[in-house]
Amino acid sequence: MTSVGGNGQKRFDIEKTVDVVIVGGGPGGALAAREFARGGVKTLVVDRRQEIGAPKRCAEGISNDGLLESGVQPHPAWTSGRITGAVLYSPSGKIVTVDDETAVGWVVERKVFEKHLGKDAIEAGAQYMVKTHIDQVLMDGARAVGVTGDFMGKSVKINAKLVVGADGIDSLIGRKAGLRGSVQKMRDFHSAAQYEMAGVKCDMTRLHLYFGGDVAPLGYVWIFPKAAGLANVGVGILTSKSKHGHRAIDYLDRFIAKHPEMFEKASPLEVNASGIPVSAGIRRFWGDGLMLVGDAAQQVNPIHGGGISLAMRAGVIAGQVGSKAIKEGDVSAERLSEYGRVWDEVHGKELARLYKFRMFMEELTDKDMERMADLVTIDVIVDLTYARFRSFAKLMLTKMPTMVPLLAKYLMAPGKKFEMEALEA
Amino acid sequence: MVVTVNPKVCVYCAGCVGLCPVESIELRETRLTILDSCTDCGICVKFCPVEALSGGRPLD
Repeated sequence: MTSVGGNGQKRFDIEKTVDVVIVGGGPGGALAAREFARGGVKTLVVDRRQEIGAPKRCAEGISNDGLLESGVQPHPAWTSGRITGAVLYSPSGKIVTVDDETAVGWVVERKVFEKHLGKDAIEAGAQYMVKTHIDQVLMDGARAVGVTGDFMGKSVKINAKLVVGADGIDSLIGRKAGLRGSVQKMRDFHSAAQYEMAGVKCDMTRLHLYFGGDVAPLGYVWIFPKAAGLANVGVGILTSKSKHGHRAIDYLDRFIAKHPEMFEKASPLEVNASGIPVSAGIRRFWGDGLMLVGDAAQQVNPIHGGGISLAMRAGVIAGQVGSKAIKEGDVSAERLSEYGRVWDEVHGKELARLYKFRMFMEELTDKDMERMADLVTIDVIVDLTYARFRSFAKLMLTKMPTMVPLLAKYLMAPGKKFEMEALEA
Repeated sequence: MVVTVNPKVCVYCAGCVGLCPVESIELRETRLTILDSCTDCGICVKFCPVEALSGGRPLD
């Protein structure tokens, strides 16, 4: 309970003063915590969940490089499926298999994975509080100076020099601190449903992605295999396509019913849902005494909706910049803008290019996709995943020239004539 | 129509919380609450992957 003391100030049951409070102990928050702690500042993570890692809202796929990039070594306790490629299925069932060294990755056990990341942060010196619901950001003018909330019926106040919002798609920290861009937009938000199933029969060494207007409008169905016949089977559709009878879960159930060869003996062990930001990131994700990380900053790949490795990397950058800023005694928005600049170079610009490609993809008909399935090579697909458009543009130019106006519209700077040199990257 | 949540259907993914333009949905662990400040705009209803939400302005 919060009581009011003699001097008119609210008294809190639990009050702590730290250098940085990180709201949210997912992969982004945990990596931020590790880096802040390594940077030598007093770090506290608060998470509203009573169990770190559950429930998951995630297909659990991450590339091996994505782990290493943030200094996390794959560990058998949480790596479930080892993935060596992907199979793409066109609306009519044409198959494109993409096996590539850079596509090697894992389907992880989020419940164990997040705990391990938390353990790393704690061993680096961070502290954690779970089942702690934050509902306000303390502001001193425009500067965030802490958070308040509650822990099991006790009121909580955390004073901090820096507040990090790693609080997911429903980030409260961004909103409360005045970063209105953190509110999700229907246009850039996928509606997703998933079962984790046992008894799935498919090639368990590759991700399987199914496309088509009937399968998943402006999205796709995924099968992410884990170990021993387990798999995350899910669908994401653009929210604007979601309506009664055509919700994400409806598409998922229909897909499963349509594929007895894979699911005849399968049953769900979990049902999950989520919203997936596909905006490529909000413009301002820092402020005075404030940083947003991961889904809270919409740092998600807008083409495939993957966000674990991006959140982790953002957490690392935020922790490195933020801990320096705290030590220098300057946590102004200007000082913290270094986080934005580094992010732009590392991933931000690439995500912005992928966003343009998403806009292009959204205009494609099933027929266009069929034709592309006949034409694309592995090299072209790999290029696209890195937002390198040239090989794809060249292919369209020579084999599918009807696509050129669309390419010009979405992948080129406005007003430029279509020419290869004008394509970004 | 007033937006309501069916707790028997909700899988507490919090996507609706992120979309709500007026911060009128609160999630505590597994319990989703529509607050009085809800304007029944219907955005959350349109989004919900499992159709746990109903009411609001029809956007379909």
